[in-house]
Amino acid sequence: MSAVKEPLLHILKRDGIHPARALMIRLAAVLASLVVCAVVIVLITGLNPLEVYAGIWDGAVGTNRRMWVTFRDAAILLCIGLAVTPAFRMRFWNIGAEGQTLAGAMAAAAVMIYLRDAPAWAVYALCPLAGVAAGMLWGLLPAVCKARWNTNETLFTLMLNYVATQVVSFGIVYWENPKGSNHVGLINSSGRQGWLPDLAGNGYLLPILIVLTLTALLYIYMNFTKQGYEIAVVGESENTARYAGIRVSRVIVRTMALSGAMAGVAGYLLTCGVGHTISTSLVGGRGFTAIVVAWLAKLNPLAMTLVAFLLVFMQKGANQIATQFGLNENASEILTGIILFFVLGCEFFIRYRVAVRRRGEGVK
Amino acid sequence: MKKLICLLAALVLVLTSAAFAAAEGVSAQDIKIGYICIGDLNEGYTAAHYNGLAQAMETLGISEDQILVKWHVPETEEAYEAAVDLAEQGCDIIFATSFGHESYVLLAAGEYPDIEFCHATGTMASTGGLDNFHNYFTSVYESRYVSGVVAGMKLNQMIEDGVITEDTAKIGYVGAFPFAEVISGYTAFYLGARSVCPSATMDVLYTNSWSSVDLEKEAAESLIASGCVLISQHADTTGASIACEAANVPIVGYNISMIPTAPNNALTSAASNWGAYVTYAIQCVINGESIPADWCKGFSEGAVYITELNESVVAPGTAEKVAEVEAALMDGTLHVFDCSTFTVNGETLTTYTTASGLEGNEMVSDGYFHESEVRSAPYFDIPIDGITAITE
Repeated sequence: MSAVKEPLLHILKRDGIHPARALMIRLAAVLASLVVCAVVIVLITGLNPLEVYAGIWDGAVGTNRRMWVTFRDAAILLCIGLAVTPAFRMRFWNIGAEGQTLAGAMAAAAVMIYLRDAPAWAVYALCPLAGVAAGMLWGLLPAVCKARWNTNETLFTLMLNYVATQVVSFGIVYWENPKGSNHVGLINSSGRQGWLPDLAGNGYLLPILIVLTLTALLYIYMNFTKQGYEIAVVGESENTARYAGIRVSRVIVRTMALSGAMAGVAGYLLTCGVGHTISTSLVGGRGFTAIVVAWLAKLNPLAMTLVAFLLVFMQKGANQIATQFGLNENASEILTGIILFFVLGCEFFIRYRVAVRRRGEGVK
Repeated sequence: MKKLICLLAALVLVLTSAAFAAAEGVSAQDIKIGYICIGDLNEGYTAAHYNGLAQAMETLGISEDQILVKWHVPETEEAYEAAVDLAEQGCDIIFATSFGHESYVLLAAGEYPDIEFCHATGTMASTGGLDNFHNYFTSVYESRYVSGVVAGMKLNQMIEDGVITEDTAKIGYVGAFPFAEVISGYTAFYLGARSVCPSATMDVLYTNSWSSVDLEKEAAESLIASGCVLISQHADTTGASIACEAANVPIVGYNISMIPTAPNNALTSAASNWGAYVTYAIQCVINGESIPADWCKGFSEGAVYITELNESVVAPGTAEKVAEVEAALMDGTLHVFDCSTFTVNGETLTTYTTASGLEGNEMVSDGYFHESEVRSAPYFDIPIDGITAITE
C-alpha cells in the first residue's frame, strides 16, 4: 500500500499551448455549449433545437437589413469595448464607460438641438467634437483624482454613470417633445442636421467603418507605440514604471482621456448615427457589456471584433426566437449565459491541463 | 423637355397604380399584420394592446400565421428597425403601441408609402404630412369620468357611515408624468367624483415613470399618509392597489381589474378596449379605404369601459348610476369637460387656445372643452380648482 494516497485527478499548469490547440479547445467549448443549449431547449420548451438555432440565425442575419443592423450594433458595442481597453491594460478599473458614452451622446445631442440652424458643416464638425470632449471630461475626472489623491477609480467611475444619467434627465426636461412626455424623440427629423449621412445608400455603413478604423488605430497604438508600451508597463507594476522613469500619474491621466474620448465617439455615433435622440437608456447597458467584450478578447482589439459580433448576434437571434416561438426573452438570455459559461470556462483548460492518476505510477 | 414628360408620365403611372392598389384592398385571408409592443404579455399595457389585436383577429377571421408581433421593442432606433423589418416581411398594416415609438415609426412610414402605419397615443399624424401614418387613442377620459362617479359614490357612503366627514373627502391620485394625457385623465376622474360628491378634493403625486410597482406603491402610501381616503392612478402597475389593500383604502385602478390584488378595496378600473380601433383599421385596409389621420372614440364605439364593479366594496346603487352616466355620455347629453362644472383660478373657462402643441386652436365652444377632437391624443392640460398637483 502506498504511503501517500493520490487523488484521481490532478490539475497542472501548462507551460505553454500551441495556438492551434487553444483554438481547438475554444471550438470544442462552443460546440459543447450548443449541445447543452439544445438539451435545455428540449427540456424546457419541447421545441426542435435545430429550428431554434435556425431562428437565431434568421433573426441576426436572415435578411440583408438584419445583417447590417447586427453589424452596426456590434460596431457600437465594439467601440465602447475599445474605449475601456487602454484603461484596463493599465489596470485602471474603468467601469464608467456607460456614463462616458452617455455624456458624449448628450453633448452631441445638445449640438444638434441648439445649432440646428447653423451651417451644415459646422454641425457635422461640432457634434463629434462635443461628443469626444464630453466623454473625455467624464474619463478625466476620476483619472485626475486618482493621479492626485489616489482615489478609488472603481467607485468613482461607477458613480459617474449615475451622474451622467441624471444630467441627461435634466436635459430632457428642456428638450422633451411634446412637453411633459419625458421623450425627446428623433432630433432634427425633418432637416437631418448632424445625422451621419448614408454611404452608397446604406445608412448602416459609416458607423461601422468609423469603428473599424478606430480598432486598427487602437491596435497599433497599444502594440507599436511608446505610449502603448508605457500603459502596459504601468499595468504590470507602477513601481517598475517609476523605476524606468515613466511618470505614472501622467500616463493615467492621458490614458483615461483617451478612454473617455473613445467612449465619447461611441456616444456621438449612438446619437448622430443610430438613435438620433437622447434618453437615459440610450446606451442601454452597453457600457457594461463592453467590459465583458474587452476581457473575453483579452484586451486584444482584433479579437474584440469577433466577441462583440458574437454577443450582438446572440442578442438579435434571441429577439427573433422570442417572437417566433413565443418564448420569453429570458429564454434567450439563458442560452447566451450557457454559451458564455462555456467560452469563459474553456480558458481554464487552455491554462491548465487535467491529469488522471494511473495505476502504479504517479502523475506525470 | 422630353425627359420631363417621360418623368411625369412615369410619375402619373406610379401614382395611379398606387391609388389603384390601395382601392383594391387585401382579402382577410391574405392580409399580414405587424404589431410592435414595448413589453410582453406579463405586463398590463402590452397585454391590453395585444387583447385588442386578438379581438380584431377573431372578428375578422384572421389566423395566427398572418400576425407578426415584435415584443420588447424599446423606444429607440430599434422601433425603426422593427417597423422596417415588419414592412420587409410583407405586412400590409403595422401597429406600434408605445408613445415613444412614434418618431421612429414615422421615419419608417416615410420609406414605405404603400404600407399603413398606425401609432397608439401619438401626436404627429395630423402634422407629420404622411397619408400612411395614423394616430389612435381611446376617449379614456370618458371611462375615467365614470370610474370617478364610482369613487364619488364610495366617498358619499363613507361620509354617511361617519368614516370621514365632507371636509376630509380627499382623493389621492398616483400620476406618471405631468403630461397632458395624465392631466386630462385625472381631471376627468375628479370631475366624475365631484359630480356625485361635491365636497371632494384631490391631491396628485407623480412617480415620473410609466410603470414602476415600487414607486407607485410608495406614492400611494405617501398620499394615504397625508390624509387621502381614496386612491386612483394613471400608471401601469398594481403598486397602488397593493398599498391600498394593506392600508384598507378604496382604490380605482387603470387598465386591468385590481380585484385580484386588492379584493377588499378595489372598486373598478378605467380601461381602454384597443380592439375597436385595431378591428376598424384592419377592416379599412381590407376594404381598400383610407384610414383617418386621427381616431379617438369612447363608450359609443365600445372603445372604453370600466372593469367589473367589485360588488362587495362599491356603494349601493353604483351599477344603476354607472349605466345612467354611460348612457348620457353616449347620447351626447353629458360632456366630461363641461365648463359649468369646474373653475380655473376661480373663474369659468370660456376660451382656451394654448393647448401644448396645438396652440391657436380654440378648444372651448358650446360650453364644453372639446377633448380629443382636434387630435386623438388628449390635450386638456389646465390645472382646475380643487386639484392640487404636488410636483417635487
